[in-house]
Amino acid sequence: MAAMPEPARFDWREALTDAALAAAVAAALAVPLIGFHAVDEPTGIRIDTRFDWVVIGVITVFVGRLLLGALKRLRPQTALAPLGRAAMRLRPAATALTWAGLAFAVLLPVLPFSNRYVIDVATTVLIYVMLGWGLNIVVGLAGLLDLGYVAFYAVGAYSYALLAINLDLSFWECLPLAGLFAGVTGVLLGFPVLRLRGDYLAIVTLGFGEIVRIIIINWQSFTGGPNGITGVPRPSFFGLPFTANPAEGQVAFHQLLGLEYSPSHRIVFLYFLILALALITNLFTLRIRKLPVGRAWEALREDEIACRALGINPRNTKLTAFGIGAMFGGFAGAFFATRQGFISPESFTFVESATIVAIVVLGGMGSQIGVVLAALFLTLLPELGREFAQFRMVVFGAAMVLIMIWRPHGLLASREPTLRLKREDAPP
Amino acid sequence: MTESLLTVEGVHAHYGHIAALKGVDLTVRRGEIVALIGANGAGKSTLLMTVCGRPRASGGRIQFDGEDITRLPTFEIVRRGIVQAPEGRRIFPRLTVLENLQVGATPAEAAHFEQDLERVYALFPVLAERRRQRGGTLSGGEQQMLAIARALMARPRLLLLDEPSLGLAPLMIQQIFRVIADINAQGMTVLLVEQNAYHALKLASRAYVLAAGKVILSGGGAELLADPQVRAAYLEGGQPTAKPVG
Repeated sequence: MAAMPEPARFDWREALTDAALAAAVAAALAVPLIGFHAVDEPTGIRIDTRFDWVVIGVITVFVGRLLLGALKRLRPQTALAPLGRAAMRLRPAATALTWAGLAFAVLLPVLPFSNRYVIDVATTVLIYVMLGWGLNIVVGLAGLLDLGYVAFYAVGAYSYALLAINLDLSFWECLPLAGLFAGVTGVLLGFPVLRLRGDYLAIVTLGFGEIVRIIIINWQSFTGGPNGITGVPRPSFFGLPFTANPAEGQVAFHQLLGLEYSPSHRIVFLYFLILALALITNLFTLRIRKLPVGRAWEALREDEIACRALGINPRNTKLTAFGIGAMFGGFAGAFFATRQGFISPESFTFVESATIVAIVVLGGMGSQIGVVLAALFLTLLPELGREFAQFRMVVFGAAMVLIMIWRPHGLLASREPTLRLKREDAPP
Repeated sequence: MTESLLTVEGVHAHYGHIAALKGVDLTVRRGEIVALIGANGAGKSTLLMTVCGRPRASGGRIQFDGEDITRLPTFEIVRRGIVQAPEGRRIFPRLTVLENLQVGATPAEAAHFEQDLERVYALFPVLAERRRQRGGTLSGGEQQMLAIARALMARPRLLLLDEPSLGLAPLMIQQIFRVIADINAQGMTVLLVEQNAYHALKLASRAYVLAAGKVILSGGGAELLADPQVRAAYLEGGQPTAKPVG
């Protein structure tokens, strides 16, 4: 399309046929889905028809498709390469945006419009950002498509809950242990899938995710089964509880700082906690990409055979990717458990894994800022759509389709080089 | 000069049930360029791969610098000092030139990274110019240079080159072969697999001709270049043999 020798006339016939075809598909879908409508009546259910809606819908699709065709004709398809180069040119702007975003995140609790709801939503967004960054190590850097990432999130959450309740350990003692357990699980689950690639790897990891969830459901004596675990200890401010009336001999957070007690202290503390955890994940990833192991992950993603020929041990490289990615999932899980105060297997279904993978893929595999944008997008969209809940999934689906059309390689699909030598600053 | 660096004794290799190597004997001495020539499917690339442990030799013995490496995993063999620039170049397309070289340096010590970098940039100045470009955006010849440079970054004691002239323009082929001669002059031992028998034999101190998984001929490069059998099978009709090129 892009390399047309001369500006050809707009082909009405083709455009009309295309639009008619789209309208036909829309009609076939709309007649059963929109055309009939069940109405509750005292005598039972009556089926109403509303074919006028169908007609409106079909006409909308027809006109829309026609316009889309005309638009495409006017603006020939943009190749991906220039987009990538544009992203490179935008680098200073992107850096500024990163710092602005970071400043915004830090200042959020004191901004005028912020309230408990805003902080809560922001905390959820940050959990997904952290999970996205964690999974990015496995999927984006090492190129291993893991559809069962939620398993490590669950292992982290249950590790924290069980350790804190049974052994009376504090959040700060449990956090590294939760990461350790999740990391070990990651390595153990990594072993059997070392030889698998692509689709096969994805299917098996998906299975592992489900296995972990089913074990949690069925091991009732240990995990509480489907009832979950209640009364997971809330975090303390390095030993100082966030309670109005601390136990005898304890000093509460607000007393130490001489503040009026407010339940929002804990909410804000949780927010900063996950912000810090997420930033640690990000810094870790940025640093490790420059180290031999991070470099080996990326090389392995590009070409495993070449890696072997260059003396990289693919087994250990893959296992470290699985283990470290899982470890960050475990940290996020421990945070999730302490924030919710209650965990059950329902929080760790496949949908969660799919959301995290969607965040990484939409963000542009391997792009750190892309993950933030995608996490914002995927968590805020349902949140904003709450008022017109009926159309939430429609908006969601439409947004996904638009991304597939315009940014098929993810929102930010450019990969930053990791290595520059000092003397390169001088012009060659 | 006469000390043997790599010794392959009666090596067999299989892909499934198909025998690709049927008892190959070969020696590479320190400081030599040894060429392996032969038709498609003769087992040249398989022999290089088998030296690296993939596929594993199903019979025979491979010794490197007096050590039996037949059963070692690939990355251990590479750490002993046998590094390959694989067939089809296999550079990392989304990594930059510099990052490609850095991955190549994995088995070497970090301390002499900069020094090694200078050395390969001196061999391939074009790579220095393109160091920030992604590997996938290089031309075929530049990618081949990058593949060789990447292998050199590992400080190999034996460099395996699999079809370095594959798919390259004649001028580029000459340039690549000139560099191979330079590397060798600096003391690198090279085992070279080539379809381009003329260039390979001109360059090689010794050569082996492989057919159907067996060595059918061996001798000095110049000697084989003059051999009527070799000329008929691998040279005539393809490459000019009378006048030297370049």
